[in-house]
Amino acid sequence: MATVHLPRSLVTLFTDPPPRHLQLPSTSLGALVNDLDSRWPGMRDRLVEPGPRLREHINVFVDGERERDLAVPLSDASVVHVIPAVAGG
Amino acid sequence: MTKRVEVLVGTKKGAFILESDEARRDWRLRGPFCQSWPTHDFIRAADGTLYAGGGNNWYGPSVWRSSDNGESWTQSSAGLTYGDDEPKITTIWKLAASNGTLYAGVEPAGLFRSDDGGDTWSHVAGLREHPSRPDWQPGNGGLCLHSIVTHPTDADRLWVAASAVGTFETTDGGVTWETRNKGVRADFVPGPPPDFGQCVHKLRLHPDKPEWLYQQNHCGVYRSDDGGRQWTDLSPGLPSEFGFPMVIHPHDPKSIYVIPHSGPADGRQMIDGHAAVWRSNDRGDTWQRLHAGLPQDNAYVTVLREAMAIDSLDQPGVYFGTSTGQVFGSADEGENWTLLADYLPSIWSVEAAVVDA
Repeated sequence: MATVHLPRSLVTLFTDPPPRHLQLPSTSLGALVNDLDSRWPGMRDRLVEPGPRLREHINVFVDGERERDLAVPLSDASVVHVIPAVAGG
Repeated sequence: MTKRVEVLVGTKKGAFILESDEARRDWRLRGPFCQSWPTHDFIRAADGTLYAGGGNNWYGPSVWRSSDNGESWTQSSAGLTYGDDEPKITTIWKLAASNGTLYAGVEPAGLFRSDDGGDTWSHVAGLREHPSRPDWQPGNGGLCLHSIVTHPTDADRLWVAASAVGTFETTDGGVTWETRNKGVRADFVPGPPPDFGQCVHKLRLHPDKPEWLYQQNHCGVYRSDDGGRQWTDLSPGLPSEFGFPMVIHPHDPKSIYVIPHSGPADGRQMIDGHAAVWRSNDRGDTWQRLHAGLPQDNAYVTVLREAMAIDSLDQPGVYFGTSTGQVFGSADEGENWTLLADYLPSIWSVEAAVVDA
């Protein structure tokens, strides 16, 4: 089960919000997005834009490495951080 | 029954509600709503539901909905896409509820509809299938579809306007569209006015006269007597042909309001720092300057295209918001003005609603 950490600004968009920290059986980043979306409908739209690709200002780190490819594999030992990019204004 | 008047304010950082009784002297501010998302439009539908549309730099475009007067909100963008091989939608610019359908105008310019109260959306693809689409060009505010004008009785008929693309009309529910720009100048391109490419800033219709359209354009203020097939310039008598918003009096389709601004190369602000709204009671043949209570010195503020509204009381109130966070209101059709709120984020939209108290 991959361990996933979600930002507060994301989870509060949902009426029955997901926990900030959870574990999912996803085997890739793309599968992780789909697993989140199946549990919290609409989550995919918040993380992924047409392409499909991760939204430009959504950073995803797998075991500390920034990843952009939804095909990146995950294992039971993977730790995934979803972090909105630094922005101002 | 006693009524409550609301001024719904969409800002760069969330949505707010100003509310008052029918006297419209004392106002209370609620908000920010929608987790301070950038909000381009904020409306109350006839069934009482609040909708706010916008786009977030991180999480993309979405439409927010509240069925309990702003106490709780949900958001959805299910179906708000042109597809994986097409440009991404960055934000919602305009919402319009009519005949049980909710419409959303988006950037890059396109039209979506929802028939389930904003849960899911479908693309009104006919507009982007118009042969002019490969040549659509953005204005300074982006390639935005900012005006959705519904017909009061014919659900298949509507007009939309985008910058800098122009006005289009459909009479078959959005399957096919025709340009409606004849007589509208486009001074930023050489030669005679083109069939499309005009920079409409705001398009309006009065439900009592559905063939009468009005628009504030980058290059003038116009009216049409025939559903947009031919336009007449109303700019003579105004201090500037440039401005963004326009509203129509709810009980008099001949009475219209605009806010002239300095020209596109001159700051796009209140002219010479003197804040004023201009009204015509004869469809734009003559104009009056309304300024009592508005700042007349050093008021270099801008009122954007969606940021003026008029309520529907017997003596309507007129409201506008500035890109520097002030909301001004008049309870007497624009004759006298007061500051209703200050220090808000940059205001992008103002809508008015009258509801049961």
